[in-house]
Amino acid sequence: MTNHSVSVKDLTLNFGAVKVLKNLTLDISEGEFIVLLGSSGCGKSTLLNCIAGLLDISDGEIWIKGKNVTWAEPADRGIGMVFQSYALYPQMSVRGNLSFGLKTAGVPRAEIEKRVARASEVLQIEPLLDRKPSALSGGQRQRVAIGRALVRDVDVFLFDEPLSNLDAKLRADLRVEIKRLHQQLNNTMIYVTHDQVEAMTLADRIAIMKGGHIMQLGTPDEIYSRPQNRYVADFIGSPSMNFIDGQLQDGVFARGDLTIPMAGYNYASPQPPGGPATIGIRPEHVVTGELVGNAPVQLDVTVDIVEPMGSDTLVWTEVAGERFRVRMDGHAQVRHGEPLRIGIVPARASLFDAKSELRL
Amino acid sequence: MAQARKRRLRLSAIIGTVPMMIVAIGVYVIGIAFTVFWSFTDSKLFPNSTLVGFKQYHRLWQDDRWLVAVQNIWIFGILLMVFALAFGFLLAVFMDQEIRQEDLLRSIYLYPFAMSLIVTGLVWQWMLDPNFGIEHTVRSLGWANFQFSPLVDPNTAIYGLVVAGIWQGSGVTMAILLAGLRGIDAEIWKAARIDGIPIWRVYIFIVIPMMRGSIGTAFVLIAVGVVRVYDLVVAMTGGGPGISTNMPAVYVIDMITKSYNVGQGMAAATIMLLPVIAVIALIGLGRIVSTRRKNAAILRAEATA
Ligand SMILES: Nc1ncnc2c1ncn2[C@@H]1O[C@H](COP(=O)(O)OP(=O)(O)OP(=O)(O)O)[C@@H](O)[C@H]1O
Ligand SMILES: [Mg+2]
Repeated sequence: MTNHSVSVKDLTLNFGAVKVLKNLTLDISEGEFIVLLGSSGCGKSTLLNCIAGLLDISDGEIWIKGKNVTWAEPADRGIGMVFQSYALYPQMSVRGNLSFGLKTAGVPRAEIEKRVARASEVLQIEPLLDRKPSALSGGQRQRVAIGRALVRDVDVFLFDEPLSNLDAKLRADLRVEIKRLHQQLNNTMIYVTHDQVEAMTLADRIAIMKGGHIMQLGTPDEIYSRPQNRYVADFIGSPSMNFIDGQLQDGVFARGDLTIPMAGYNYASPQPPGGPATIGIRPEHVVTGELVGNAPVQLDVTVDIVEPMGSDTLVWTEVAGERFRVRMDGHAQVRHGEPLRIGIVPARASLFDAKSELRL
Repeated sequence: MAQARKRRLRLSAIIGTVPMMIVAIGVYVIGIAFTVFWSFTDSKLFPNSTLVGFKQYHRLWQDDRWLVAVQNIWIFGILLMVFALAFGFLLAVFMDQEIRQEDLLRSIYLYPFAMSLIVTGLVWQWMLDPNFGIEHTVRSLGWANFQFSPLVDPNTAIYGLVVAGIWQGSGVTMAILLAGLRGIDAEIWKAARIDGIPIWRVYIFIVIPMMRGSIGTAFVLIAVGVVRVYDLVVAMTGGGPGISTNMPAVYVIDMITKSYNVGQGMAAATIMLLPVIAVIALIGLGRIVSTRRKNAAILRAEATA
């Protein structure tokens, strides 16, 4: 309990009759970077607002730093928060934005100055201190918003899609900066996004949410390589995973003529199960070119559509009557109608129970 | 590119507003010009064109009725401004708390504004009448010494007008300010809560400064209402008791229709025009300054970005 920075226990939140969060439990360690990832409307912001104390929860408890803060005011929870719209106070200068909360809390002037100076140095916004937010670019505004959380000298940072309003290049820059900030400060961060790349690059652990539940909580590698259910497998990765429905029998996956012996596959349960199952294969894990010979399973397919994307090429084919995407090198010379030999490595594939959609 | 588009937009806007501009020039400007012109003549019952210089103005500022009217409009204007804005704002804050029945309440608050000032005036005249208004009601409930009949005393009659004016003006002010309050991003409120800023401080230091636009609109609306206040006076006091509740607009009309002194009435009307011009000039200046500042800020942001 004590080494958990933030603990959400059995949290339920209703908006009127609508249950948005259902018995949600989440333990976050000291200094951990957690990303809440999910499609729109899955309850990410709602969960974050509950942790912040901006929403009154219907049931459950929230602990921060070993204290039950379920009914504490947001300001007393030891958190700082950064919003998508920046939410800067528009009529105040950057300095005013950073110091207003501290002034209100009665922090001594010298201390305020020290903290503002430190935050603006870390975020490199010193030259902007006397400007109004309207005179700042989007990236600069978001830096100031992060600064406002920084000066609070808190242990937990909450971010609600902080980069969504920025253009792609700026987003990539600021993403790296947030990562650097985390390495430098080493405090707990909870970060909401619906951008997979942000999630994969920033997170120590990712929580994939759907309909108010956490579908899987794990490191980016676990989420990517060993998705616990079909939803997560489908959600993570772009282009998304290929799925083929079939039967699993005695360690061999079969669908019509297609048979894939699952040698080397790491089953979730010690007993290899049998029955209706779905195999999931990521387009980037399909082997092509000279290396096909090394792959345990080899198939001959026909190229349907070719989508060149610069660094790589996405090739659409058909396997066992299902659409099947293959990611190839950007230099690959393939054309519509041509035959293609592909290799599949069962150890890198995922198997799901057809009914429960859970990983086998 | 942007420049050209702006210009074309402006051209079509001009074409669209030409009829309106003709009307404005034809009616308003010519009307104003005649008003000013006649104020320099010795027009009596009918306008004439015998110029007498500033004589009408000289006489105007020696007329007790006019002096009372000017003093009254200051009292009326300042009190109305302060209280209508304050009440309107408090009502708007109240309405912003996600209360139920919001639409019903809003209609109730806006109702006075929909009513003619004559009706407002008559209603308040009755309410303030010692024989059957508030005073009578309270007395009949047992407080035999209760006194509240401002309209019968020349020293307090003007405050009776102020009360009616506030009642009439708070609803619109509320509606305008409520729109302004609703325009404030919910995340600003969240950020302030995280910062631990008490609600009243959020209103004073963050929300009200963000609402400058709607507060300005409400201000202008009230100011215009004050300058031309006429019907309320006519309905409630007729300018009395004595000359105690005269207002400039009442004075102008009385000069023309009762004293048959068009010249002096026009002089008074011309004086009334001055504060209106001043307000418009101030607003225009404020706009220019703020767009300049904003443009400069954007340029600076672009330079550093
Ligand atoms: N104030 C509210 N009243 C009623 N329902 C709400 C309210 N706020 C959110 N919801 C509902 O709760 C669900 C979760 O909303 P939430 O804002 O947490 O989604 P999100 O995961 O943050 O989505 P996004 O990625 O679009 O921000 C949605 O279905 C939404 O319609
Ligand atoms: Mg959200």
